[in-house]
Amino acid sequence: MDIEVMRQHAKNIRISIIKETAAAKSGHPGGSLSAADIMTVLYFAVMDFTAENAGSLDRDRFVLSKGHASPALYAVLAEKGVISHDELLTFRGLHSRLQGHPDMNALDGIDMTTGSLGQGLSAAVGMCLANKLDGNSHRVYCLVGDGEAEEGQIWEAAMAAAHYNCDNLCAIIDENGLQIDGPTAEVIGPAPFEDKFRAFGWNVLSIDGHDYEAIYNALMAAKECKGKPTCIVAKTIKGKGVSFMENQVNWHGVAPNAEQRDAALKELEAA
Amino acid sequence: MAKATRDAYGEQIRELAIQNPKIVALDADLAGSTKAAEVKKVAPERFFDMGIAEADMIGVAAGLAASGYIPFASSFAMFCTGRVWEQIRNSVAYPGLNVKIVGSHSGITVGEDGVTHQAIEDMAIMRDITGLAVYVPCDPTETKAVIRHVAETDGPCYVRLGRSKVEDVYPEGTDLDVTKVRILKSGSKVAVFACGLMVQSSLGAAELLKKEGIDVTVVDVCAIKPCDEEGIINILKDHETIFTVEEHSVTGGLGSMICEVAAEYCPRRIYRIGMYGFAGSGSWDVLLKEYKLDSQGVYEQIKERLNG
Repeated sequence: MDIEVMRQHAKNIRISIIKETAAAKSGHPGGSLSAADIMTVLYFAVMDFTAENAGSLDRDRFVLSKGHASPALYAVLAEKGVISHDELLTFRGLHSRLQGHPDMNALDGIDMTTGSLGQGLSAAVGMCLANKLDGNSHRVYCLVGDGEAEEGQIWEAAMAAAHYNCDNLCAIIDENGLQIDGPTAEVIGPAPFEDKFRAFGWNVLSIDGHDYEAIYNALMAAKECKGKPTCIVAKTIKGKGVSFMENQVNWHGVAPNAEQRDAALKELEAA
Repeated sequence: MAKATRDAYGEQIRELAIQNPKIVALDADLAGSTKAAEVKKVAPERFFDMGIAEADMIGVAAGLAASGYIPFASSFAMFCTGRVWEQIRNSVAYPGLNVKIVGSHSGITVGEDGVTHQAIEDMAIMRDITGLAVYVPCDPTETKAVIRHVAETDGPCYVRLGRSKVEDVYPEGTDLDVTKVRILKSGSKVAVFACGLMVQSSLGAAELLKKEGIDVTVVDVCAIKPCDEEGIINILKDHETIFTVEEHSVTGGLGSMICEVAAEYCPRRIYRIGMYGFAGSGSWDVLLKEYKLDSQGVYEQIKERLNG
């Protein structure tokens, strides 16, 4: 993995996230920006995903359980060449393939329809069971929000993944510490994720979710872990990369206006 | 020999699992009761007990379907529909994934377990989900035909089954088109549309009415959605008074579906027989009697309306 290459892809993806949400005048920039580095390493250094095999099941798959980070996924698909950068500007529009939350039937490369929180990890477990039945070595990656992990279904899925020894599953918790109503610790306190997943029988790793090398090493270590699923708890910064959005809860589900967009793009491009 | 529709499900899904390596079964700690455990006997690697975690079961089934498998996910009707309505809507129906939801122990005839286990709203809440087919077979032969049909047909569905043993309506081995309504007994002026166990009750009621010179038509409606609109309209045209009979709330299920078709294409006076509130604990036969859904009860309800 070339860190400089990762940095450039992540920068492009962040720029796309800002452009998408600004064009749509809605969407979720904060949690998309916090996930950008994780998704960059996944798609550009770890998964065997290409524009050519986007429509195939014969590859690693990614479930964006925190479906509201759809701008990040669409930005990745543009960066991968699956869709054009122009199409990104149709985000959230009528008849757009880039629905508010990901629609697997709209576009090759979206591996699961998500958006209602708590449901994607179960689907990822189902994909892992299918891969085991098929006897293939494909891996399934699932990005879960920290606020999302307040959903009980996440823990049902965590129990099932461990019970069925889904070592082909890697869940990544995007722990940015903020949810709509405020800091997760103040809203209901879903942490600590490490202890919880460990108690559920998972292999657990903790990383800085903006350190490319740490992300890569953790994803590689997850591949090596046999007999149980891996959970990577990634500490992230909501709004990462745009100074006025960083760690600001109000940037969870609000799009930048034209002035804010320009300021954000200027900062990202200079970085 | 009378048996429950869930027993027929077990026999059919076991046979299909042997024939088709893409069929998988999931259950939520009720596999012995729903008969999903039959798959475990012939293909243990394709049977997944998800524990008492129905929401996860539906999501896992969605993931298996997204990978080309044909998952049959079962539990009691209450828990694989009501508890997981939103999972079915968003993770199964919206993406159009090929998940077969099989709810056993539906209606009040789950019996002694009482109201918490008596799904009388499942048809209503499943019927309203875009793209989700709903079937309510009445006997073992029709159940097997439904299971074969949904296994061969791409797309999500809900199949409603029962706990108690039921009399055969069709001879074993009959080839049935489960997408069409079927006239089981032809009469004049009065038609009775029924589904599930209420087909038997309605046939019994028709016998009692016949003794009094009232000859009613009895129709088996297995496909609640998509419904056989043409077949239903033809029957509506040929009759003056219509009854619907279901082991379900009178809102949202069979009665509502027939009313919708009639209102748009062929208005008729329609009386809905079914549940008008929660039931309670009791053996299934006692409950059917109490809520006038056995042959005698359906007969009395029809008679009362016709006399009224």
